[in-house]
Amino acid sequence: MIGLGHYLSVAAILFTLGIFGIFLNRKNVIVILMSIELILLAVNINLVAFSTFLGDIVGQVYALIVLTVAAAEAAIGLAILVAYFRNRGSIAVEDVNLMKG
Amino acid sequence: MYEAIVFLPLLGAIIAGAITLVGARNRLPGEDPRPPHHDHAVPLVPEAQAAHQQDTHAEIAHSSDDEHASAPPSAGSQAAELITTTLLFISWILSCYAFYEVGFAGHDAHVTIFNFITSGDLKVDWALRVDPLTAVMLVVVTTVSALVHLYSIGYMADDPYKPRFFCYLSFFTFAMLMLVTSDNLAQLFFGWEGVGVASYLLIGFWFHKPSANAAAIKAFLVNRVGDFGFSLGIFAVFLLTGAINLETVFAQAPDLVGKSFHYLWFDADALTVICLLLFMGAMGKSAQFLLHTWLPDAMEGPTPVSALIHAATMVTAGVFMVARLSPLFELAPHAKAFVLVIGATTAMFAATVGLVQNDIKRVIAYSTCSQLGYMFVAMGAGAYSIGMFHLFTHAFFKALLFLGSGSVIIAMHHEQDMRKMGGLWRKIPFTYLMMLIGTLALTGFPFTAGYFSKDAIIEADDTVTGMAASYGFIMTVVAAALTSFYSWRLIFKTFHGEPHDHHHYEAAHESPLVMLVPLAVLAVGSIGAGWAFWHIFEGKGAEEFFRGSLTFSPNNHVLEDMEHLPLTVSLAPTVMMIIGFLLAWQFYIRRPDIPENLARDQGVLYRFLLNAWYFDWIYDKIFVRPAMWLGRLLWKGGDGFVIDGFGPDGVSARVLDVTRNVVRLQTGYLYHYAFAMLIGVAAFVTWFMFARPH
Amino acid sequence: MILQAIFFYLFAGVCVASAIMVIAAKNPVHSVLFLILAFVNAAGLFVLLGAEFLAMILIVVYVGAVAVLFLFVVMMLDVDFAELRQGFLNYLPIGGVIGVILLVELISIVLTWVIAPGVPKAITAPIAADVSNTQALGLVLYTRYVYFFQAAGMILLVAMIGAIVMTLQHKPGVKRQSIPEQVARRRSTAIDIVKVKSGQGLT
Repeated sequence: MIGLGHYLSVAAILFTLGIFGIFLNRKNVIVILMSIELILLAVNINLVAFSTFLGDIVGQVYALIVLTVAAAEAAIGLAILVAYFRNRGSIAVEDVNLMKG
Repeated sequence: MYEAIVFLPLLGAIIAGAITLVGARNRLPGEDPRPPHHDHAVPLVPEAQAAHQQDTHAEIAHSSDDEHASAPPSAGSQAAELITTTLLFISWILSCYAFYEVGFAGHDAHVTIFNFITSGDLKVDWALRVDPLTAVMLVVVTTVSALVHLYSIGYMADDPYKPRFFCYLSFFTFAMLMLVTSDNLAQLFFGWEGVGVASYLLIGFWFHKPSANAAAIKAFLVNRVGDFGFSLGIFAVFLLTGAINLETVFAQAPDLVGKSFHYLWFDADALTVICLLLFMGAMGKSAQFLLHTWLPDAMEGPTPVSALIHAATMVTAGVFMVARLSPLFELAPHAKAFVLVIGATTAMFAATVGLVQNDIKRVIAYSTCSQLGYMFVAMGAGAYSIGMFHLFTHAFFKALLFLGSGSVIIAMHHEQDMRKMGGLWRKIPFTYLMMLIGTLALTGFPFTAGYFSKDAIIEADDTVTGMAASYGFIMTVVAAALTSFYSWRLIFKTFHGEPHDHHHYEAAHESPLVMLVPLAVLAVGSIGAGWAFWHIFEGKGAEEFFRGSLTFSPNNHVLEDMEHLPLTVSLAPTVMMIIGFLLAWQFYIRRPDIPENLARDQGVLYRFLLNAWYFDWIYDKIFVRPAMWLGRLLWKGGDGFVIDGFGPDGVSARVLDVTRNVVRLQTGYLYHYAFAMLIGVAAFVTWFMFARPH
Repeated sequence: MILQAIFFYLFAGVCVASAIMVIAAKNPVHSVLFLILAFVNAAGLFVLLGAEFLAMILIVVYVGAVAVLFLFVVMMLDVDFAELRQGFLNYLPIGGVIGVILLVELISIVLTWVIAPGVPKAITAPIAADVSNTQALGLVLYTRYVYFFQAAGMILLVAMIGAIVMTLQHKPGVKRQSIPEQVARRRSTAIDIVKVKSGQGLT
């Protein structure tokens, strides 16, 4: 009934939404970080779906690792954001162009 | 012994060179190395001359400031000058002995030094070939060089760069000796170039003067033009005979008669072409008509240099070369005619220009040019030994005149303009006597050296038939009158009349003994060299003396026919000399206003002669400016625009353009980067789906 | 079966909708809350797939830690209500095109995929039967994948240190204890004996 394809479609849509979120947002940088979380979530769904339908536990192990890394990355990203905000005073996306060159 | 003659000067040059290099470090640091004297050379162009007139009047007031303290003589100067002079005197003594050995005792020598080139079938040795012709040249070169070395000890006494000077002088002597003792054309060319280099170094000896630098470069460049022809001649000889060894070439020369080169659309006789090309080298080296422009400017060098190089030795290298290659020239009558015409034209041209020059050294320079023309007239007429005779005697009296004028210049404290001199015979009587002897010899006063040689040339020319010879005869006879005129003009203006510059006149004094002794020796030679040696250069004695070193073709009866000429021809040069003397007497002693009036009335002619027939101006317009324009074009346009533009500069500019555009991708906005990543991902996925074979 | 389908579509739909709202919401706090909703629904999908341990871990870690962290930061930075700034629509066409292309490709693969024949034999760690998901994971994680496990721990450690290093600021003027200083007190530095004349105070 609900086959692998359904789950993969859901993951694909979430992935695309995450991608959209990165460059379509004009508000602030936190949305970018949240979009990255969405992308990682989509990847997790993919992994777990394959794990179930192929009967291989590796997918879930890998999803666990991805989860760990996502958490660490979110922490660091937010730390960077906080440090940036303290120095710059703004996290509007248009003002974050220190790397211009 | 012959190696000693040739290589002792080289040893002297090396020692003096080492002293120069070592002594240079002993000089005090931070000194202004300006030499103490600067010859007041008179500029050639009348506008500059007028300007020079004005500021020389102002210079009289501060001429005593010329003796400002400058650099002291370099360490080791005395050692350098003594060593080189001594070595050269030894060389001279050996040369005199060699002259006796080879010339009179008949022992020709051929000394091989080492193997120079071995390339396929071509085997060339560095060898000294001493035959009578060489022996004559050895005596000439070493005599004048030794005396000039001795003279320079006195003349260059105040100069701080003496070791370098003596090094160059000895090196020049070595190169000249190499030239005259050469056994093959490559060695001759080595000597040829060597004397050219030495001439450049010596003319530009006072290299802080820009005019000296320019004159040195001019001399070298004009010589180069001649050397180009000379090299082509050597190549042609090698092409036709397969050898550059003189013996081999001479042996094969008769086989080349009648052969011709095919060039573009016409055929040219091979031997004529070769001789013309080789003569082009002589034209450059001996300052003949079209390639003469360097000789007057070469007077920028010190006077001993002018005496040695531009009177007695280097400029006579061309004459020697034609004599040495007489076997070839005898087989190319058209080339001989050309040589005669050029020689005669030069004799006339230089004499006319010498009439109006104001710088004492320039008058003598043009006189040299003219006398070289005489020598080539003799060569062209086939009277090689007569030409060598004139070379021999001319070395004596022209060197005497130059060194004497050097003595005058020292006495007048480096003033060279004759218009400022006058009445010097009371102050420097010995120099006056020497210059008088030299002038008598030059003009051909009976029984001086010049009388024998110069008159012989005119007689020899008369024996030859043909338009070239007739032209030569007229030119040489008229030039004799002009020669007499300008020579006596020089004497009268310098030594007689009223002094024009009282300051210098009061300070004039006789030169030191070390400078007067060479003058005396040369004076003896000027008087005696004629009647002592004429029998080996003229008539039957010539053939006996020179044996095989000069070749006379079967049709060449010049030496015999000279004996049987009408008296008018024999006396013509003497008559011309008297006419010239009388005219000069009238112009410069009795009525000194005539020359000024004449110059003013005949302004165009006067300026024409003063500027040496405007040759410098013509050459400047035709050759120098276009060459510099071309050079600038190739430099700015070719090198700068094309090569740099498309090469390094162009590439770097394009790289900068590309990077400038690429940098615009780095906006600093994170979402731009993410967007770029997204595009990459989409492209990758698309490629993965469609391009990869499944 | 049909129940599974209903739950699937429920979870999936809400997840997608809340993902859209994460991007579209004006208030950043609302964005974070919608993110939390998306996570919870994803957890539900995991449960449907039979990975209940992972579903719970998702809630505990993501929602409990990461999303809360987001909320902390959003509130701390005092981000304003964001007006939709100019230029939002600049990128929409091209970005939309790229995104749609990506989506179409992904879906087309999903619809036409075939599991390669050799895959079932290449399974690395078959799911252990008759044990709970947790136990199955544990059987594999601490034996065959222990290095990954330790590495993940190291990553977390480094991330923790990094976050502290980047954001820690010593406020000036705050009184602190320095135990080593206290312990290093000596009588010579602590006590000062002064002879005082009677009737005069210390000055």
